[in-house]
Amino acid sequence: MKGLLNWLFGAKRRSRTISFMIVIVSYIVLSLMIASGSLSRLMISLLVPVCAYIVAALGLNLNVGISGELNLGQAGFMSIGAFTAVILSGIFSANGMNPVLILLICIIAGAVMASVIGWLISVPVLKLQGDYLAIVTLAFGQIIMSLVNNLYVGFDANGLHFAFVTNTLELAEGGKMLISGPMGATGVSTASTFTAGFILVLCALFVVYNLIDSRSGRAIMAARDNRIAAESVGISVSRTKTLAFVISSCLAGAAGALYALNYSSFVATKFEFNDSILLLVYVVLGGLSNMSGTIISTALLVILPEMLRFLQFYRMLIYAVVLIVIMLVSNNEWLKVKAEQLKKKLTGKRKGVQQS
Amino acid sequence: MAFLSYLISGLGLGSVYAIIALGYSMVYGIAKMLNFAHGDIIMAGAFASFFAMTAAGMPLIAAAAIAMVLCTLLGVTIERLAYKPLRNASSLSVLITAIGVSYFLQNAAQLMFGSDTKIYPTVLNGSFSLFGGQLSVSYLSIVTILTCVVIMGALTLFINKTKTGKAMRACSEDKGAAVLMGINVNRIISITFAIGSGLAAVAAVLLCAAYPSVYPTLGSMPGIRAFTAAVFGGIGSIPGAFLGGLMLGVIETFAKAYISTQLSDAIVFAVLIIVLLIRPTGLLGKKVSVKV
Amino acid sequence: MTETKTPVLKVTDLGIDFGGLTAVNDLSMNVYENEICGLIGPNGAGKTTVFNMLTKVYQPSRGTIELCGKSTEKMSTIEVNRAGIARTFQNIRLFMNMSVLDNVKTGLHNDISYGTIESILRLPRFAKQEKEADAKAMELLKIFGLDEKADVIAGNLPYGEQRRLEIARALATDPKLLLLDEPAAGMNPQETDELMKTIRFVRDHFKIAILLIEHDMKLVMGICERITVLNFGMMLAQGTPAEIQSDPEVIKAYLGE
Repeated sequence: MKGLLNWLFGAKRRSRTISFMIVIVSYIVLSLMIASGSLSRLMISLLVPVCAYIVAALGLNLNVGISGELNLGQAGFMSIGAFTAVILSGIFSANGMNPVLILLICIIAGAVMASVIGWLISVPVLKLQGDYLAIVTLAFGQIIMSLVNNLYVGFDANGLHFAFVTNTLELAEGGKMLISGPMGATGVSTASTFTAGFILVLCALFVVYNLIDSRSGRAIMAARDNRIAAESVGISVSRTKTLAFVISSCLAGAAGALYALNYSSFVATKFEFNDSILLLVYVVLGGLSNMSGTIISTALLVILPEMLRFLQFYRMLIYAVVLIVIMLVSNNEWLKVKAEQLKKKLTGKRKGVQQS
Repeated sequence: MAFLSYLISGLGLGSVYAIIALGYSMVYGIAKMLNFAHGDIIMAGAFASFFAMTAAGMPLIAAAAIAMVLCTLLGVTIERLAYKPLRNASSLSVLITAIGVSYFLQNAAQLMFGSDTKIYPTVLNGSFSLFGGQLSVSYLSIVTILTCVVIMGALTLFINKTKTGKAMRACSEDKGAAVLMGINVNRIISITFAIGSGLAAVAAVLLCAAYPSVYPTLGSMPGIRAFTAAVFGGIGSIPGAFLGGLMLGVIETFAKAYISTQLSDAIVFAVLIIVLLIRPTGLLGKKVSVKV
Repeated sequence: MTETKTPVLKVTDLGIDFGGLTAVNDLSMNVYENEICGLIGPNGAGKTTVFNMLTKVYQPSRGTIELCGKSTEKMSTIEVNRAGIARTFQNIRLFMNMSVLDNVKTGLHNDISYGTIESILRLPRFAKQEKEADAKAMELLKIFGLDEKADVIAGNLPYGEQRRLEIARALATDPKLLLLDEPAAGMNPQETDELMKTIRFVRDHFKIAILLIEHDMKLVMGICERITVLNFGMMLAQGTPAEIQSDPEVIKAYLGE
């Protein structure tokens, strides 16, 4: 038993145990609240999207925080996962398959599809550095959105049918459109549940932390801290950057699949540039390389605009001000010094108590 | 003939991109930040000139001047309040702040002016024919292209000949050394934001003259396009931004005309990626090397 | 005579140009097994450039580099390291946000063979090899007196310890030839004495050759068996410490006319 717990949570990193605890405790508390009916319908409807964004943000933090490369196209990989899931769920639900099984297959397929495309993209792209890499990830996000926005997929007794740019599909009797270009995915049979989202978040944490604490993780961080030194000890920088990018895409794909099967219909522009930016905001506000921070900031920032709904038109304005103020406060030199002093004072006192 | 006509309208669109990209690129070169709020300055310029013409009944030139003054003030104020305190912060923090500023401007505009689309007054109509009526060229395209060329020329002269321009180049090269040479870096950064924002106002008027609708998120797409153009040409390089903007406009117009309107976005970005793969720092960008 | 053995490092007529400027020219030198050699010269003589060519950070314009009789011409920085050259840097290049232990374990990158999937699933091979890596890394840290600080973030170490950690990291890659770029820079005399002992110990313990760049003449003359002097990218003299100290050309280059 102890061995199993160790395998899951790892004894070495405290931050890892904390992250797992936050997720598990939140799940238990929220489940109890749902059971007792004390959670509003709005909140309940946000649970799965929050889980999906957390998974995508954890992936992005691997890319931006651990690997140190700016990525402005994470939503594009969510999109790949989401629309892969829509197609597969369309096929399987027509065959009357168990929804849990459909969800599982869709998440895996979404993750695999996003990883493969992430890998194809990363091979040429990771030769670029810094802001040039960022703009290319942005470009890929836009391309993916634009392509999906022009994609028509239908399913009937004869199998899958694809069309591009103009809808030329003529489906047989009983067939249905799965993706209709700018109208997006329609008639999706929903399968995502809060429990599934919770498990996916745990899996994402498991993958991210296990990667960080390994040979590959060290290589990724070494390449981030000092490219030249990393090569001098025999680490292939491009390979490690690719690995981080692919795993990040993989998590985004899984997140996209979870998100997709939560709604009966959604459009491709649900995963546009602004969403990539929002994911980046979650990661930066939560703290680079800080997974617990990512989880908390994602949850708060997805829920915050909904909580501010009573402010109506002012809510996004306040949201923007909150963003700017957090950045200004967290980078204020004077406050940093004060915080450091306070920390010293507190830890100093604790030591004093122990001595006496 | 159709080819020529597409080329001219592409150059017209590209000129607007180029003017915006110049602002983007100058700010990047000197402040080393991606100013994602730059597109929303365009939006502010559009609204300013719109109200100057419709509510105050001003002529186009006066409205453009008002928009330029307002945008310049807005740009400098944003820099002072939001970016200056972050001079020593990580580039990601600055990026997020710029995104916050962008949201702020969009939502402030929505609160003040409503989210409905307003129709920009027709400012420059008509066209003239060439080759016995086979080719029709709109005056607007010509004015836009000429404006862009004049701006580009003036900016090049300013950067190379004036003392402030030289100080700007020094700052973009090495800020630390510039300070030691007695250059007031904060002043230079303010001037850069002022110029960039003023140019955004010019671009706003030209853009709205071509696509006469004004709404709060108007700046996002041209903003991203201009950013792409700046990177395309080599971010930080002024001739690069000019070239990148023109090429992007032409590629976009051709893609719409010859391939597909819906896919023009994907094509533009695909070309950008190909260019960067061949020239990793853009068409005219400098190669940077690390000293070991 | 040592001359009959295959040298660990054999450099022949090495040269490099940057644009029109020749930074290093006609450099030939050998380093033999178990030998500590010095590369000295005034500032800007091209010493670090030589290291950068040996590790393929720069591609030489002329000449050949052979490691244990094998040409490194077609190798990348990474392959050169795998073939057996490890180095430290003049301006310290540690992984500043990683722990001291992880810095050394990063040096063991190519010593560990489990894959990414194995590490994500924490399969048995992962645990076994991580344990071995920890032991090896701790052993190295002990040699450099850093074992007590294994969990400290490298960026928080004092300067002298950062220099020592860099050497430990380089040694973790199991090199045949170790290149040290100004290992004593910024150290006080006691620390330098300590460092001299450590360098000798490393040579004897790991049975490797060491080539070092250093301005501290006490260290150079104290531990180097042979010394090459560079001036303006050209080889000025080569020989034992005693020969170098009495060479009139070297004295002229260092002290001026």
